[in-house]
Amino acid sequence: MKRFLLPLVIFLIMVAFLAIGLNLDPREVPSPLVGKPAPAFSLPRLDDSGEMISNKDMLGKVWLLNVWASWCGACRDEHPILVSLSKNGAVPIYGLDYKDTRFDAMQWLAEGGNPYVATAVDESGRVGIDYGVYGVPETYVIDKAGVIAYKQIGPITEEVLRDKILPLVKRLQTP
Amino acid sequence: MIPEIGHFALILALLVAFIQGVFPIFGAARGNVTWMALARPAARAQFFLIAIAFVCLAYAFATKDYSVTYVATNSNSKLPLQYRIAAVWGGHEGSLLLWAMILSIWTVAVSFFSKHLPDTMRARILGVMGLISIGFLLFMLSVSNPFERLIPAAMDGRDLNPLLQDPGMVFHPPMLYMGYVGFSVAFAFAIAALLGGELDSAWARWSRPWTTLAWVFLTSGIMAGSNWAYYELGWGGWWFWDAVENASFMPWLVGTALMHSLAVTEKRGSFKAWTVLLAICAFSLSLLGTFLVRSGVLTSVHAFATDPRRGLFILAFLVVVIGGSLALFAWRAPTVGRGGKFSVVSRESFLLANNVLLAVAAISVLFGTLYPLFLDALGLGKISVGPPYFDTVFAPLMTPALFLMGIGPIARWKQASLPELAIRLRWAFGVSVATAIVLPLILGRWTPMIGLGLFLAFWIFGTSIHLVYQRLRHSGLPFMASIRASSRAWWGMVVAHLGIAVFTLGVTVVKGFESEIAVRMSPGDVAHLAGYDFTFEGVKEIEGPNYSASQGQIRITKAGVERTVVTPEKRLYHVQNMPMTEAGISPSIIHDLYASLGEPLMDGAWSVRIYHKPMVEWIWFGCLMMAFGGLLALSDRRYRLQRRIRNKEDAPLEVRA
Repeated sequence: MKRFLLPLVIFLIMVAFLAIGLNLDPREVPSPLVGKPAPAFSLPRLDDSGEMISNKDMLGKVWLLNVWASWCGACRDEHPILVSLSKNGAVPIYGLDYKDTRFDAMQWLAEGGNPYVATAVDESGRVGIDYGVYGVPETYVIDKAGVIAYKQIGPITEEVLRDKILPLVKRLQTP
Repeated sequence: MIPEIGHFALILALLVAFIQGVFPIFGAARGNVTWMALARPAARAQFFLIAIAFVCLAYAFATKDYSVTYVATNSNSKLPLQYRIAAVWGGHEGSLLLWAMILSIWTVAVSFFSKHLPDTMRARILGVMGLISIGFLLFMLSVSNPFERLIPAAMDGRDLNPLLQDPGMVFHPPMLYMGYVGFSVAFAFAIAALLGGELDSAWARWSRPWTTLAWVFLTSGIMAGSNWAYYELGWGGWWFWDAVENASFMPWLVGTALMHSLAVTEKRGSFKAWTVLLAICAFSLSLLGTFLVRSGVLTSVHAFATDPRRGLFILAFLVVVIGGSLALFAWRAPTVGRGGKFSVVSRESFLLANNVLLAVAAISVLFGTLYPLFLDALGLGKISVGPPYFDTVFAPLMTPALFLMGIGPIARWKQASLPELAIRLRWAFGVSVATAIVLPLILGRWTPMIGLGLFLAFWIFGTSIHLVYQRLRHSGLPFMASIRASSRAWWGMVVAHLGIAVFTLGVTVVKGFESEIAVRMSPGDVAHLAGYDFTFEGVKEIEGPNYSASQGQIRITKAGVERTVVTPEKRLYHVQNMPMTEAGISPSIIHDLYASLGEPLMDGAWSVRIYHKPMVEWIWFGCLMMAFGGLLALSDRRYRLQRRIRNKEDAPLEVRA
């Protein structure tokens, strides 16, 4: 009898999740990395595999690290927001192209516009592991000393940008 | 007026669905023949009413009635007629109507082709299908009414999503839905059998043709969708592991397992509980797919507008249907008995192993599809899992499944001998290993994945050829007679398995040997790829009925000899102001040459993407072979025989391997 109940139990657990998925607004959770130095990386640039980018290059300025990939649907949602953010120049955005092929990534930028000062290619996802990437997209706000000040899981929305990221960036930028 | 008639027909259909869902099932439980007899007329009346509603909606589209909200949001006065008709299922409300329409088609088909079934069984089957119909009709009439009026009427419509304005869109959704909804028949058979406590081989025999037919539709529907994505999205990809694609792929995987499991249950009486569970799961996954697509819980290119009430409704419906049937399963399945015994090495165990692999594959797709949702539910944000996960999980599951697929049909029922199998299959094994090693070296590139893919493809070819050879030789008949001596069901199996081999070969070669370039091209520029020269001859502006397009001319030559001219387009659909790509493809059995336009650059130059896709057409041809194999099996003479003798309940049916 018991083993025949198993499918029902699994289904009910799934339903619980689906119900929460319908009703609950996504909340932010504190990442263990917030307040810690951003993990070091040194990766080839997307547009020029001969050149490397390291997080040390950005010491002394406040910057965003946006994890994205051309195969990621939710990235499509946040992309226009990033592009307009890059145009107003409030904060430099660096990309981390996660588990992607260079060709697809270049095409993606050619089509949707390139909001990134530079994009680092994390083809194997190694750096993603160091940063505790749950999935794509994610965005980190990193301060002048190279410490992670905020982590956004999922796409950046207009509200998140206006209410969280921009005020935080402004605060971090004032000496 | 016409939309009101459609609306009213839907309300009547709901009332009839209540009669169809409630009385026959109670009648069957109490032995009330009059109540049971209501099932058939109710099924037909319901079909008639939903057909009226469907025609009314199509009429509103055809006559451009923009006082109907759904018509105004999904079509436009400049939209050509065939797309105005296809727009009936281009949005949320209309695709639900298509769902209900197709459910009623299947129901009415069951009512006609079920004369050989016992009355109680038929009453229960039609009753269960009526209950499903209640859910969909209620859903439409409460929160998704396609006939809702827009007052004052719109001057013109907002147009159909340009992605959907394609000949593929006319066929793809109805085919897919025929498949999805078709599993409701196997589901209804399973529930009816659980209710009646009669899980015997007769039940499996009745379910088989319906399941196979639904599977044929689903296979063709998925193929059409994949082919459509290939030329419409302009990326040269044919499968994206998009949530909606997964929603159709999961029922396919489970449906495939179900077909095979039903065969064992019919022939050997084994796997009964497992078969019932698969029948429930195949349809449940179809419903779940509908939930995922319609409720907007997942982001996807296919997603329709979101309304939380709709999501809640479908979820409640899922709980009632799936939860109810799984509870029934937990209650009744322990009593069905275990069926014939079989040894560890036998056709049963190979089929069971493959069944489990297919089910696990479906679960892993389900997990990958829902994982973003789980994280979202736990408040961890919206993310995408994407192809890296699916590619990693899928290959290890499919490898043993394809390998066992080669052995299964050759192994004996009940007890087979491993040494004997090894001797019989040594040639097939040797040839496929040799091919896997040598062929890539000839083609110039060897990687473990290419080797593995080729091995599996040729393994299935080899074992199938061996199987056919043995059959024909041992029959001792002349060639044509020996072909006819085997049943069409058996030939259908062979063709479908060969289809898998063709598909695997196509996937392996495309993944392993495709090449692509993205270049900036001015008129007169030449790009080189895979030994071909692509001359860009500039772009001309053309006007479509509801779009303007820049049509590129790309002349393809090899060693100075002209092969063909392809004309990729970049269209701008006026109403939604949405750019679309139409790839220019020169298909052939060896390879596709594929070009698509990117963005216009300065001075008449364009960014152009060119792909060389060797054997990509084999992927879809393989799917067609699978579907054809299913049709062949359906045309088997025992099904035709069955219809002729359907009034004689106990007439023996021919059962062949």
